[in-house]
Amino acid sequence: MYAKRIIPCLDIRDGKTVKGINFKGITSVGDPVEMARRYSEQMADELVFLDISATLEGRKTFASLVERISREINIPFTVGGGVSSVEDADILLQAGADKVSINSAAVKNPQLICELKEKFGSQFIVVAIDAKKVNGEYVVTTHGGNRFTDIKLYEWAVEAEKLGAGEILFTSMDCDGTKKGYDCQAYTKLAQLVNIPIIASGGAGSIDDIVEVLSHDPGADAALAASIFHYGSVAIPELKKALKNKNIPVRI
Amino acid sequence: MVGIIDYKTGNLRSVENALYRAGVEYAVTAEPAILHSCSHILLPGVGDAGWAMGRICENGIADIIATFTQPVMGICLGMQIMCSYSEESDTRCLGIFPGKIRRIPEKSTEGEKIKVPHIGWNSVRYNDNELFDGIRQDEYFYFVHSYCAEIDEYTAGVTVYGTEFGSVLRRGNFIGCQFHPEKSGTAGERLLKNFLKMK
Repeated sequence: MYAKRIIPCLDIRDGKTVKGINFKGITSVGDPVEMARRYSEQMADELVFLDISATLEGRKTFASLVERISREINIPFTVGGGVSSVEDADILLQAGADKVSINSAAVKNPQLICELKEKFGSQFIVVAIDAKKVNGEYVVTTHGGNRFTDIKLYEWAVEAEKLGAGEILFTSMDCDGTKKGYDCQAYTKLAQLVNIPIIASGGAGSIDDIVEVLSHDPGADAALAASIFHYGSVAIPELKKALKNKNIPVRI
Repeated sequence: MVGIIDYKTGNLRSVENALYRAGVEYAVTAEPAILHSCSHILLPGVGDAGWAMGRICENGIADIIATFTQPVMGICLGMQIMCSYSEESDTRCLGIFPGKIRRIPEKSTEGEKIKVPHIGWNSVRYNDNELFDGIRQDEYFYFVHSYCAEIDEYTAGVTVYGTEFGSVLRRGNFIGCQFHPEKSGTAGERLLKNFLKMK
């Protein structure tokens, strides 16, 4: 039975895990490798590490962190944050990452998705999309939600799949940080439009929110969350039990 | 010592790291003499079957792999190229397993839309108690692939993704896993440990 995935996301700055609310007001929460090990023991299905370092030094620290994670952790993990070229992706994949996520750079240069596909294959490419509603319609933003583009979410997702994306990670910037639940309708619509896995992100506040977003068919294949896991308000074993009780296939 | 067959397909790091965690010595090599002296052989692989077979031939190891008498495990694409043929790039493969590799159908047997590649965790129903010692039936393993093995007499594990396919193959000392044991948590670790115990 194909399982729905639970994915804790760790934002990394200068080698440490941080969590921002609406990407602002960043506070440090712990050693990434320790956290990763704990999540993997609790049966997290996958991990995402996003580098939000602003400096070159921070980026180098991140690449060596990826090596450490790959040595210590026995579940797949995706890395991203500031990946803007085939070379950037190559460094992270060589360091042991299973997938690379690209965001702003793909919006600026969609051909990058193609180039990455040619070099590594679709299964290594997660296209992350941050979008915010403008007049009721999701518009793609870049640079951590700070810059609006004139690109519509659904059109961009379809385009990304055509260019070679292996998965879509969509964060609703309207929901992110609110803890009021995911925008389930948006994931259903995405699932109807593309034929690659979709990861839901932004808005998880409780077990029920995650159960809800994973109970739609078509809908999200995986649910990503950060703070609820980091601060312990949702424990993964209980979450998995709740999903199983609702007959949602999970690895338990 | 465990030999990881190096045919320049790039990233072998996750397989190396799994052996590092298991605390076993290993060599990454395409040197036949070294490989023959290894207690166990791993054939990893990532990418396109045609390209991978090209590298195997260039490195002069195409005919050697079938002659190994120690336990050999192909992982993911490594398993696929141990079969006779792959639809991916219309590739003639090593033929250790007689079965063929087909593209995963984009419609299930019930006519539902199936996402390809198959990325994520899926369960394995096995009939090989040696390789799966201590692992429950229908345990989850991590898959990433667009092509899959037909079911035949060498199928040692079955997975359903829209349709049924062979997720584990076994023919004597030759084993193939479509999933990635090195990325499959404690179940994957156990499976690798069972493999490394084989004689």
